[in-house]
Amino acid sequence: MSLLHFAILIPFVVAAAAPLFYKYIPKVHTGWFVLPVPLYLFVYFLMQLSTVRTGDGVQATVPWIPSLDIAFTVVLDGLSLIFALLITGIGALVVLYSIYYLDKDKEAIHRFYLYLLLFMGAMLGVVLSDNLVVLYGFWELTSLSSFLLIAFWYRRTKSRYGAQKSMLITVFGGFAMLAGIILLYLMTGTFSIREIIAQAGALPGQDLFLPAMILLLIGAFTKSAQFPFHIWLPDAMEAPTPVSSYLHSATMVKAGLYLVARLTPVFGGAAEWFWLVSAVGLLTLLWGSVSAIRHTDLKAILAFSTISQLGLIMTLLGLGSAALYYGIGDAGNVYVIAITAAVFHLINHATFKGALFMVVGIVDHETGTRDIRYLGGLMTLMPVSFTMALIGTFSMAGIPPFNGFLSKEMFFTAVLHASQMDFFSMQTWGILFPVLAWIASVFTFIYSMIIVFKTFTGKFQPDKLDKTPHEAPVGMLISPVILVSLVVVFGLFPNILSYTLIEPAMASILPSLLSPGDYFEVKISMWHGWQPELFMTLGIFILGTLLYLSLRSWRSVYQLIPEKWSLNHLYDSGLKLLERGSLGITRTYMTGSIRQYFVYIFGFFAIILLYSLFKLGAFQITADSYAEISVYEVLLLAAMIFAAVAIPFVNSRLTAIILLGAVGYLMTTFFVVLRAPDLALTQMIVETVSVTLFLLCFYHLPKLKKEISAPKFKITNLIISIGVGVTVTLLALSANGSRLFDPIADFFIKESYNLAGGNNMVNVILADFRGFDTWLEVMVLGVASLGIYSLIKLRMAEPLPLEGGSKREDQ
Amino acid sequence: MKINDVILQTAAKIVVFIILTFSIYLFFAGHNNPGGGFIGGLMTAGGLVLLCLAYDTKTIRKVLPVDFRIVTAIGLLVATLTGLGSFLFGAPFLSHTFDYFTLPLLGKTELATATLFEIGVYLTVVGVSMTIILSIGEDR
Repeated sequence: MSLLHFAILIPFVVAAAAPLFYKYIPKVHTGWFVLPVPLYLFVYFLMQLSTVRTGDGVQATVPWIPSLDIAFTVVLDGLSLIFALLITGIGALVVLYSIYYLDKDKEAIHRFYLYLLLFMGAMLGVVLSDNLVVLYGFWELTSLSSFLLIAFWYRRTKSRYGAQKSMLITVFGGFAMLAGIILLYLMTGTFSIREIIAQAGALPGQDLFLPAMILLLIGAFTKSAQFPFHIWLPDAMEAPTPVSSYLHSATMVKAGLYLVARLTPVFGGAAEWFWLVSAVGLLTLLWGSVSAIRHTDLKAILAFSTISQLGLIMTLLGLGSAALYYGIGDAGNVYVIAITAAVFHLINHATFKGALFMVVGIVDHETGTRDIRYLGGLMTLMPVSFTMALIGTFSMAGIPPFNGFLSKEMFFTAVLHASQMDFFSMQTWGILFPVLAWIASVFTFIYSMIIVFKTFTGKFQPDKLDKTPHEAPVGMLISPVILVSLVVVFGLFPNILSYTLIEPAMASILPSLLSPGDYFEVKISMWHGWQPELFMTLGIFILGTLLYLSLRSWRSVYQLIPEKWSLNHLYDSGLKLLERGSLGITRTYMTGSIRQYFVYIFGFFAIILLYSLFKLGAFQITADSYAEISVYEVLLLAAMIFAAVAIPFVNSRLTAIILLGAVGYLMTTFFVVLRAPDLALTQMIVETVSVTLFLLCFYHLPKLKKEISAPKFKITNLIISIGVGVTVTLLALSANGSRLFDPIADFFIKESYNLAGGNNMVNVILADFRGFDTWLEVMVLGVASLGIYSLIKLRMAEPLPLEGGSKREDQ
Repeated sequence: MKINDVILQTAAKIVVFIILTFSIYLFFAGHNNPGGGFIGGLMTAGGLVLLCLAYDTKTIRKVLPVDFRIVTAIGLLVATLTGLGSFLFGAPFLSHTFDYFTLPLLGKTELATATLFEIGVYLTVVGVSMTIILSIGEDR
């Protein structure tokens, strides 16, 4: 156990304690007790900066299931550190914000902090684990805690809907990821990411390489809300705003990005990886930014904006993986800048998106609505929130001097380079990258403007608001102010990040490009001359402004696309179809009719046995071992067949019983002929008793309906019964024909008197040689008699009403 | 109005003893001849059923104040204890043994522990059959 292990475990421990604080110290908002945890962890991770910078970072192992190669190994390198700082830093700010956002008397805040800390610990576990199985465990825990947090207000239908949707989609991805992890294990023989990376060179040729890649990417795409799995994120906005800010913009949705970045050394350099990651990212970027404008709810706009920005980072990670195509010793190549941009934008996005969500939360909290149609003119009423929204959205739109501008410029550099690639068949498609990225950025600009100007400028409409809006309390403003300051600071002095965080992170994403002791050099500058990137940005400003001003005239374009074509509709109807389909399928065969089930059982029995009998060539009939057939046997058999065959054709139950009894007594005679006196005796008495019992049953049956016609004839019944009869006959003949060993009977004949002192061999076997069977059979008899006794004696006075399921509606 | 079935009752009085004797014969014959606990038990039950038919179950209850469920339980207990008894001699469960003894009146006789087991079977079968038949018969 190292401190790093404790860093993961502390949130879980405090999570367990949170309800206790709530119960025993109700005067103080529970959030104050929770706040020290992320704060402490943030400081702890900050102190690791220098160790990560110089070396491999911290590593520690605790064995968990050694026989399965599962160890709780934690590794802190550059990539993990960025995420750990984001998780704990924004976590602390979100906890602080939530203290003012959630009322301690009206809300179940003990549950809130329980889930939130659960999530924090799980997320730290995801980014710090080196063992893929442990990582998967924490991964699912983030899905679970996210599910719980989305449905925090569980009395609302939409919350439950959103929680279920996110659960289904992320867990679907999680399972795919687990399969991918197992495939990786099959290829490499280890679950440790470091060891897999060490073996990465041998992987690309293998058969499982592509399936493993695709499965792992499905996991990453579902978690990071990439197209077409992004549909859960807008519905997750039903969660309290601190949760949206923390999970659904800054941390959890970046887990997929983390996974992609983490596995880049394994899969990067392969054309499939490049194409999947960057194309899906680009599509998500475009789709998210275009869809955002459609919405009027601020959180929905931010949700689609998050989707779009995640797509941007994903694209960059995809483009950056091309750097690995060149291999060792080319650290200076142009694709590395894509990774730099990805890491940089990852940090930037967390800062401004976290702040924007908090601002939206403030607006919601102070006005009672998040709909931009009702909002407007809040600038003078909420100046601080306005300033923060302005900086956040300008950064998101990529306007200087904020940090979003820098990462967007780098993004353009990367896509422009991508258009000049001459591998992975980029010659044909490469030009799409800058074009689509540019279009997406224009839309990003437009929705950014919508967020800030539709909310804070324009006409103030107090009559449409439930509350009188005013500036939020100071406590609620602290967190977004800090985040916004970071936006400005990172924008003006980006290089404080580059040396401390980005370079080590790049070293862990592209380890093979570095020779030992070397490191990446990242210099981010605000001004780099009259480059095409700058003109692209200028174009965005001009076109974006024009489009924003003329928004009213072209927004109705969105109405042209009917709701039916949306992915949400596809998901909903797919789910409905699945439910209805499975219900339909179940209803077609689970009819509740015993006859049907017997048809299945016997049909299956006959088919599978006949098939295997002939498939395995077990069918053989040899007449050598047959005894002579005597005339008695022939006569008895004829009588027996007559009695048995007659049963289905008689019209009266009494006749059927008597015929059944006849079969039984004929059987007795058969035992006599075949020289089995004990069996004959027993068979005779048992047959008498059972016929008597049958008669008893039928005496109490309701009056027989006068059935003139013979019992109903069903062709399936005939086929099945003949099939079963033939099967059993063939099986018996084959079994007799292929006797492999001498029977054990000789031993009993020889030894029954010597060993057991009895001449009646049957009885000696029953009581002595195989007494155990007899012992249990008398037990069976005892149980049966007690069963009959209790059935008769312990009857309810009134028969209980039948439960709902027993009555069938569909027939 | 009660039907007078004196012939049946008189015949039953005699026949029952023959049946019971035969059932005991079947039981003891089992070791060397056809028969045994199972058939003997069924035959005993058959005799008792004849009594039930000739008289009525209430009378039989009075004549034989036996709870047949307890008979079943005793039978199962005897069979089980016979099996467990072999542990006392360090033998596996349900190991049987036999030997020949010279007894007064009977002379040289074979005694086998298997017979104890058969007694268990016998009692169980009697108990089971009678429980089933009586509980069905007494049901209104």
